Amino acid sequence: MKDVLLVKDLYVGYGDQEVIRGISLRITEGERVVIMGPSGSGKSTLLKSIVRLVEPWKGEVYINGVNVLSDEVDIRKIRQMVGFVFQSYNLFPHMTVLRNVMLPLEVVKGLPKDEALKKAIGVLRLVGMEEYKDRYPLQLSGGQQQRVAIARALVMDPILLLLDEPTSALDPELREEVLDVLRNIAGRGISMLIVTHELDFAEDVADRIVFMDNGFVIEEGPPQELLYKPKIDRTRRFLRTIARRLYAVNRYR
Amino acid sequence: MVRDKLGKVLIMNRDPLFFIINLIPYLAEGLLVTLQVSVLSFCFGLGLAALLTLMRVFGSAPLRWISRTYVEAFRGTPTLVQLLLIYFGLPSVGVKFDPLTAAIIALSLNSAAYQAEILRSAIKAIPETQYLSAESLGMSTFQIYRHVILPQALRTAIPALVNEIVTLVKESSLASVIGVVELTRRGEYMVAYTFRALEVYIAVALVYLVVCLAMSQLSKVIEAKFRIPGYERGRI
Ligand SMILES: Nc1ncnc2c1ncn2[C@@H]1O[C@H](COP(=O)(O)OP(=O)(O)OP(=O)(O)O)[C@@H](O)[C@H]1O
Ligand SMILES: [Mg+2]
Repeated sequence: MKDVLLVKDLYVGYGDQEVIRGISLRITEGERVVIMGPSGSGKSTLLKSIVRLVEPWKGEVYINGVNVLSDEVDIRKIRQMVGFVFQSYNLFPHMTVLRNVMLPLEVVKGLPKDEALKKAIGVLRLVGMEEYKDRYPLQLSGGQQQRVAIARALVMDPILLLLDEPTSALDPELREEVLDVLRNIAGRGISMLIVTHELDFAEDVADRIVFMDNGFVIEEGPPQELLYKPKIDRTRRFLRTIARRLYAVNRYR
Repeated sequence: MVRDKLGKVLIMNRDPLFFIINLIPYLAEGLLVTLQVSVLSFCFGLGLAALLTLMRVFGSAPLRWISRTYVEAFRGTPTLVQLLLIYFGLPSVGVKFDPLTAAIIALSLNSAAYQAEILRSAIKAIPETQYLSAESLGMSTFQIYRHVILPQALRTAIPALVNEIVTLVKESSLASVIGVVELTRRGEYMVAYTFRALEVYIAVALVYLVVCLAMSQLSKVIEAKFRIPGYERGRI
């Protein structure tokens, strides 16, 4: 299997604060990896550093075999191959939904307008947002905005999708619509690296779950093992807190 | 001649309201000069402000320093002193302007400093996440500013920019000091002619007020036109 993402002994930080302390990670073609871990453990930093939205200190990152951290690499070319979905959606509020999705095609890829339009409509249909194409982001619910953000990442035909807590800014009743879209995308065979604490979702889509704490990977394995029989005490304690929250929600279902 | 006739009518009539109403057409001619000075100063000022902002945001350390110092220098000294310096001071080093040109130059330079601050803070107000998501799509810095940052920043800046042109309309009255015959100067002529300072200056003030109110009203229309849909619900 070809490696879509290969991270070797990566160190990342801000100022003199070390946040990622020697992480290695591999994602093969079509593989879906979920990252979990407590707040501040460095999950967002890890995702950002893969496409150099945060500059890594040392280590190696390869995407599709290309050395991302080499001086010769055109990082913009790499970013075009890697979709990024943020916790806070980050759509461009001054553009319609359709323009948001067309923008990277027209501006970055230089596609002609009619072609960009056709593709944009296609992905908007995929995430169930076609009928909202002329709305502006701030006129939509959080769940709808996040689906557009997913469409905007997908429209570039990425070989890898990085998702940073795509549902944690959403009210519980809006989460499922986004998770359903992601399940659907997962079924299409695209490689994904997802930070999420949605246990059911992780169990459904993940080939592997990586548990991070304090800048280290402290445990990883298939969902059946990591979610049901964690070996490390820290993992178990963390899962217990999430499960408690989840149980509180389920009580009212 | 017309002025003589007007003057006679005005001096003869003791009714202040009649006096003020009849004064207004005469003052309106001064208003044209006032608008010319303020609108031109605003436009030149905006051009220079764009350059200063460019230097501030993208420039090397010396360019950033120049831009910052310029802004501080012009915001830290009285507009009147700047005007006097350009009109009376510069001739001694061989640079001489007629009053109208001197007024427009002084106000343009002055306004550029304020407008540069407006543009800079409007750009600063765009959240970091907007840059991040644009970068994550593979956009270049130029593309990010062209398609994502500036369209939003300019919308944010509209109220402050309109406020700036209102300020210019009022500050252009300083040009009367160096002999530009604009609205205020015309008022002074009329006072000299009729000795009725109270009514004349009330009339002058009214003309300024109407213009400034009209501009604020226009600002609301422009703002509404460019408002980001959904923004009025206060979410961002
Ligand atoms: N831009 C930044 N500048 C400085 N420090 C930062 C920055 N972003 C994150 N940090 C710090 O890095 C550490 C890891 O943050 P990060 O956002 O990667 O954690 P996380 O695992 O994503 O947490 P969460 O679950 O809350 O999103 C934290 O201590 C945080 O304060
Ligand atoms: Mg995070």
